[in-house]
Amino acid sequence: MNENQDAEAVDEVTKAKEPKVIKFDELDPNFKYEIQAEPSGEFITRCYACGTCTASCPVRSIEETFNPRRIIHMALLGMKEQVLASEFVWLCSTCYACHERCPQDVRITEMMNALKNLAVKNGYIHPAFTAQIDLIQGHGRLYEADAFVNKKRAKIELPELTESPDPIKTIFKATGLYLYSSEAKEAGSASTDADAGATTKPEGSKDE
Amino acid sequence: MSKKKFALYLGCTVPVRAQNYELSARLIAKHFGIELVDIPSFTCCGFPIKSVDQRSSLVMAARNLALAEKQGLDMVTLCTACTGTQVEANHQLKHDVKKLAQVNEILKKEDLEYKGTVNVRHFARVLYEDIGIERIKQEVKVDLQSLPVAAHPGCHFFKPSEAFENFDDPENPHVYDDLINATGARSNPYSERELCCGGAILGIRVDVAYAMAGKKLASIKDSGSEAMILICPFCNVMYEQNQKKIEKELEQKFAMPCIYYTQLLGLALGYTPDELGFKINRVKPTKILERIGAVSEKPAG
Repeated sequence: MNENQDAEAVDEVTKAKEPKVIKFDELDPNFKYEIQAEPSGEFITRCYACGTCTASCPVRSIEETFNPRRIIHMALLGMKEQVLASEFVWLCSTCYACHERCPQDVRITEMMNALKNLAVKNGYIHPAFTAQIDLIQGHGRLYEADAFVNKKRAKIELPELTESPDPIKTIFKATGLYLYSSEAKEAGSASTDADAGATTKPEGSKDE
Repeated sequence: MSKKKFALYLGCTVPVRAQNYELSARLIAKHFGIELVDIPSFTCCGFPIKSVDQRSSLVMAARNLALAEKQGLDMVTLCTACTGTQVEANHQLKHDVKKLAQVNEILKKEDLEYKGTVNVRHFARVLYEDIGIERIKQEVKVDLQSLPVAAHPGCHFFKPSEAFENFDDPENPHVYDDLINATGARSNPYSERELCCGGAILGIRVDVAYAMAGKKLASIKDSGSEAMILICPFCNVMYEQNQKKIEKELEQKFAMPCIYYTQLLGLALGYTPDELGFKINRVKPTKILERIGAVSEKPAG
């Protein structure tokens, strides 16, 4: 082991021992209002941290980093970057177990969508979703209705499947989602309908 | 709106990856005199887009509702995830005039408008509510011999409960079990009954999604059930299409046949496995088919 590697190893150890404290000067007190301004984010401040969501969550029982109570608490404290840049924000399986049981009707499943939507606006879109935007914009559905699919369908006498991608592109252009598609990025274009633009332009290249 | 005529909303996964489900559902509809109208220009319900932009997702669902409304039809869905998305969007649009106006502002570009008159139900719910358990029982011709099976309708069959007008109890659901029991098979309880398939996070964390699906498959195996009964093509992607990979990952053997409810009901009504698309099923329920005396017209292969 040379000196450099030694130094790196020591650095790793120090980092691991560093207590995970919340730095108050890095908190964003307005984060909760940003969440509340998103569709289905409005009820986040109702949370009194009982933990029914976490106890009910099937993802949490397997992956500890996905802890709905903790995520809500982090959001309310204003830990904006830590929430939006995290992987856990994408891990809700949308089963609605927490939604049905929450005594404060925070509507957590949908509130998680508000967090993910904010993550996207802040440049943290998960690459899996960029792929889905491209597929849906390109074919009108998640899967292509190609000759192979239609041959299989014809064989068992199912009606032919056609594609209607144009209406989807029209919708995505109107809402601004089009800007997140590979087509728009490649064209470097900013041609959306300004009047309806609900989504802000993607920032940076954190998803690339 | 006409009672037994519906717009058939196939969604993305059913017509491409669950043709056995589509085939058997169309057959069951025909059997009970339910007319299903195809609307070729239907597009994705918006479920995957919700995570990225809920506004876009809402317009996508509204577009499908507007197309059904234009033909004066209520909507019938086969995919449980599509059901949830279309039902929730419909619930929002029927209760929020402002949202409806915003959505219509965009739909106008395609000369469409949604007025809020469509009802959306999963096909299984239509069977339960419009055909009824008694009628289904009367039509049964083949004895399924109380075959123990695991019920898994998928989370969005009845949740979020307020959007589904509480047609089933979210904590103690029975509608889907009643439908299974009406065929002569038996909905067999298992400990992980409420567990979600994990399909929504398959593209995010494959290990977590597999662990979720595997946990359920193991629980079903332990309960002594001989098959899993599904009504969601994406749950099927998890439990059947990925079953071999999950077995490998978790070093467990399940060999659990996954049968769509419409296939199970079709067997009870006397249709052949071929008519019900069983050739497409990956984990072959050969033993079950033999026991109830269901035979293919042509030998397999």
